[in-house]
Amino acid sequence: MGEIEQMKKEAEALKTQIEAARKAVHDTDMASAASGVAPAPRVQLKTRRTLKGHLAKIYAMHWSTDNRLMVSASQDGKLLIWDSHSGNKVNAVPLKSSWVMTCAYAPSGNLVASGGLDNMCTVYNLKTPVIKTVKELDAHTGYLSCARFLSDTEVLTASGDTTCALWDLETGKQKTVFLNHVGDCMCLSLSPDMNSFVSGACDSLAKLWDIRDGQCKQTFLGHTSDINAISFYPGGNAIITGSDDCTCKMYDLRADQEVISYQDAALNSGVTSLALSMSGRLIFAGYDDFNCNIWDSLKGEKVGVLSGHDNRVSCTGVPPDGMCVCTGSWDSFLKIWN
Amino acid sequence: MSSNSAGGLVSLQKSVKQLRFEAGIRRIKVSQAAAELKAFCLQNAHKDPLLMGVPSSDNPFRPPKSCALF
Repeated sequence: MGEIEQMKKEAEALKTQIEAARKAVHDTDMASAASGVAPAPRVQLKTRRTLKGHLAKIYAMHWSTDNRLMVSASQDGKLLIWDSHSGNKVNAVPLKSSWVMTCAYAPSGNLVASGGLDNMCTVYNLKTPVIKTVKELDAHTGYLSCARFLSDTEVLTASGDTTCALWDLETGKQKTVFLNHVGDCMCLSLSPDMNSFVSGACDSLAKLWDIRDGQCKQTFLGHTSDINAISFYPGGNAIITGSDDCTCKMYDLRADQEVISYQDAALNSGVTSLALSMSGRLIFAGYDDFNCNIWDSLKGEKVGVLSGHDNRVSCTGVPPDGMCVCTGSWDSFLKIWN
Repeated sequence: MSSNSAGGLVSLQKSVKQLRFEAGIRRIKVSQAAAELKAFCLQNAHKDPLLMGVPSSDNPFRPPKSCALF
């Protein structure tokens, strides 16, 4: 019993030490540092496309690296591949399980993946004459909330079983398991240099991981509820999170702490999704209240809103060339704005 | 966390090990971090289509001004 008490005391002392170390470098915050920056222009984007085709709630979408194709996932049991320029459907992938929560496009454009309440990540080859299932990645003991391809041979997943995992697509096995969260993992984002990733979970923490050695390198506190969305800031030195506590936050990795919070007393809906403009200046955050709010990431001010969906905005995405933003909703439509 | 003391101890040991690791990292001042984030953002602003606006001639989501009527 004595050893447990000893360990608990040490854990508390370390937490206090970390808090003090963070305070010691907290000589300002982002909004104060950006007080001299000219406000971002009022952002008024128009719907350029409304993509109709899904028959039920859309849960996820992901752009291809070609800036034109995108994949969306709906609980109608389908993945749809869209040509965003024409608005046409290029492919439909029927899913074995309709309880899908995530989808992903491989950087090569050759593969897409989906996963959800089946606890599996299924990978499909789009380039074979008929779309084929390449692998079923089956080892998580909880739902699959997010998947991202590193390449055609490696996939990262986040799961309701509180772990994230790196999979080898050739063997179908987990190469590395990332263990540290104590709540369902809800989202992940790869660093621009692909050496690390961040995860957000229902334990209200965001964590930074080394992809190769599996080590949790940093833990970010501040949210008071589930973190549903997470993204690296371009440049890779900061991350943005979105939570059921109705706020988004920016954490700087090198200062190891929250540097600004994006919130408004009038906003009392949870954040479901987020995406950043190319420079990082604009944050597009989807909320349960059917809107997507646009935030100035440096000054912390709301600079616009995308209204048009008739139900919760469940997913948002900006293609690599930054030319537009896509929102997907429980109303079964995707909209492209710029 | 497990309620049986053996499981609880192992779990605690892992937590302490992780906390020790996290406590040991080097942190830079927020003023320096914020300055660099700000600089990155501002340097890349002119390339950001959603921030600068997309002229319709370059907008793949907008038809060109002249339309042929059939």
